Amino acid sequence: MTKTFPLLWIPLLPLLGAAINLLCGRVLSRRAVNVVACGSVAGALGVVVFAVFGRLWPLVGAAEGTHLPARLVQTAYAWITAGSVDLPVGLVCDPLSAVMLLVVTLVGFLIHLYSTGYMAHERDYARFFGYLNLFTGAMLILVLADNLPLLFVGWEGVGVCSYLLIGFWYDKDGTERLGLANAMAGRKAFLVNRVGDVAFLLGMLVLFAATRTLSIESLALRASDLLLPLHPLGLGPYTVAGVAGLLLFIGAMGKSAQIPLYVWLPDAMAGPTPVSALIHAATMVTAGVYMVARMNFLFMLSPAVMGLIALVGATTALFAASIGFAQHDIKKVLAYSTISQLGYMFVAVGVGAFSAGIFHLFTHAFFKACLFLGAGAIIHALHDEQDLRQMGGLRRPLATTHWTFLVSTLAIAGIPPLSGFFSKDEILWRAIATANPALGSTWLPALLYVMSLAAALCTAFYMFRLYGLVFLGERRGTAPASSHGHAGGHVGGHPGGHAGGGHAGGGHAGSGHAGSGHAGSGHAGSGHAGDLHLPGPAMEAPLIVLAGGAALLGLLGLPEVVGSWLGIEHINLFERWLAPVVDQGARLADRWAGGQRVAANALAESHGLEALLLLLSVAVAVGSSALAWKLYRAGPSALVERLTARLRWFYRLVLNKYWVDELYDWTIVRPYKALAVVLFQLVDRLVIDRLGVHGTARSVDGVGRVLRRLQTGNVQHYVVGLVIGITALVVGVVGAALLGGGG
Amino acid sequence: MVPTSQVLGLAALLFCIGLAGVIVRRNLLIVMMSVELMLNAANLALVGFARVRGDLEGQGLAFLIVALAAAEAAVGLAIVVSVFRSRRTVYADEVTLLRR
Repeated sequence: MTKTFPLLWIPLLPLLGAAINLLCGRVLSRRAVNVVACGSVAGALGVVVFAVFGRLWPLVGAAEGTHLPARLVQTAYAWITAGSVDLPVGLVCDPLSAVMLLVVTLVGFLIHLYSTGYMAHERDYARFFGYLNLFTGAMLILVLADNLPLLFVGWEGVGVCSYLLIGFWYDKDGTERLGLANAMAGRKAFLVNRVGDVAFLLGMLVLFAATRTLSIESLALRASDLLLPLHPLGLGPYTVAGVAGLLLFIGAMGKSAQIPLYVWLPDAMAGPTPVSALIHAATMVTAGVYMVARMNFLFMLSPAVMGLIALVGATTALFAASIGFAQHDIKKVLAYSTISQLGYMFVAVGVGAFSAGIFHLFTHAFFKACLFLGAGAIIHALHDEQDLRQMGGLRRPLATTHWTFLVSTLAIAGIPPLSGFFSKDEILWRAIATANPALGSTWLPALLYVMSLAAALCTAFYMFRLYGLVFLGERRGTAPASSHGHAGGHVGGHPGGHAGGGHAGGGHAGSGHAGSGHAGSGHAGSGHAGDLHLPGPAMEAPLIVLAGGAALLGLLGLPEVVGSWLGIEHINLFERWLAPVVDQGARLADRWAGGQRVAANALAESHGLEALLLLLSVAVAVGSSALAWKLYRAGPSALVERLTARLRWFYRLVLNKYWVDELYDWTIVRPYKALAVVLFQLVDRLVIDRLGVHGTARSVDGVGRVLRRLQTGNVQHYVVGLVIGITALVVGVVGAALLGGGG
Repeated sequence: MVPTSQVLGLAALLFCIGLAGVIVRRNLLIVMMSVELMLNAANLALVGFARVRGDLEGQGLAFLIVALAAAEAAVGLAIVVSVFRSRRTVYADEVTLLRR
């Protein structure tokens, strides 16, 4: 069931938008930039919706029950043709990429829209939207690619855009000094990702060496080649699938911020908040999960690597969640939360529940983007204040933000019936009822389950801590300086006064909202009512849509046990939709690795156990949320203060993120820099510069100085040379002839 | 009948005298004359060989060289005149403009 469809337009539209905004952005008005940026992504969204619902949907329906893949394809052009290698720019839209396409274009569009409000007062407006469009285009290439090199192009493209956007404020407030940290954060993200990308590249080379192809479809047909033994670094023997899988997963670790390559993501929060929402929460960081799901056949052939993926994921989920407890920066909390949720997704793909992993990716994109955009609205309102200790009591002035944030918080905390509950519970259940034969008969599923549940507990707690600190209680901290360079023209902190309608609102799109925000300015004694910079409709509309998604989309993936209660077969629509793609690996593994999977699956049939675990995760989420609510209802309660005082060393350990950054600094960064200095002085300066470049120049110059004496300009001297030469030649030739004749 | 070895010896002698003139004389006119000497040494050798071989090829070649030498002398003298006009000298070691 393969049909062709002009899929190229999907990435091309945002790329064209990027070209226009980056090349002509200086001469375009802000309105024109908005139209180009949002319009190109909206166009891509339109094409995606038409392709998925108008074209792919009937194909999937027709192919249901058969093992035929349902997909739309396009071969844009021949890219690399050399010898036996024929690598086209081939695009494919199957149910898996369809999900990603919808997420990227829909969430991407909403975030573009939001950015028109959020970035309204910033310089370099067109550059920002150009990068954002470029990112969207690269991400769409990544998603649509039907071969690994093209996927890698998208993979690197999003990496570059991530770098560019993290360091977007490289000259914050017009000074290099303030922007330096941002630029360094971008560099860190780029370098850490590079570690993973090298592994990804090596993985591709291993696959190519073994199978002579890099097309994902043909790789899936060469299971026998993938199971050949390999001796990496003289070790071994491991299967090709194992080695390549491990290398590709290391690539995913970098991109998707898993231990030990997660350190760049918290720093990446230096970028503008919409960037954090789009790139570092909803789309780019999930590319690793997508890649593993896309290559599911490869990973299913190497259960040990899958087990490792699950373990790394669970460890990351728990580790990052625990750091979320003690962060003071609102975006840092969300960043660690993202790392933790990505860990969940890797648990899912690691236990062979690819559709559960993608489902969590899908719901996470909505609630985490909503949380980040909400955080952006808060930061915007407080004039770039990100410290939770300066917040509180924002429930009423930021009503829309508050409600959408609350919905998303409930969703990520796993409170039913919001989306996060279903996707997270599905993963917890699959961790126990694993489809991974390497884990099936060991105690590892139980360990994975306990770790994931503990992470869920932490998630619910820190999210409600965050919610309480931001919205509940009273405003803490000092009013930000009203001299801040916003074009909004707000009237800042009147001493003790309720500055109703204090927003002059010149040039601010949402000035109408500003008035309504102040209507109920009875914030008890806060005295800072007038200095909030309220979000306009361009920022609030995406929040509402995303919150709606966060609330409702879970219904697409109801657990089977609910279906059994309601008497509906195949109630998990999401799994049914993805099954043709992600079951490919399971079918291969059954055929090539024997029937081990069946034994592991026996547990999966037990609806009683599933129901029990479902109730357990509800209890954990609700209990943990309630506890956090109670403790942080009015700022950090006395109990929290006492606990942190009692466990000071532990608090400091978590506050300082387990000193992992310092550990990396001492074990890797500093030795590396020292080595770089040695190499620079010894190899670069001495060998290459002195001996190599300057040495060559000097020796040529020296020889020239000697030889130039022959160039007298006197024609008679040349004649002498001529005569000597000819004489030598004649003597030589004649002498040789004589000797030869004589010999 | 003059033996061939003497003819060739004379040719070699003329050639060496011409060569020495080209190398050691500073005056370009003398250098030109020395070049003529070298050319005619070659002519002598050709004619001598032609006689040994008993055909006319060498002699024909000698005539060709005579014509060529006339052309060469015409061009060469013109250059010398031109050099003298611009540099006010006909000494080779004073015409070293290309060195710089």
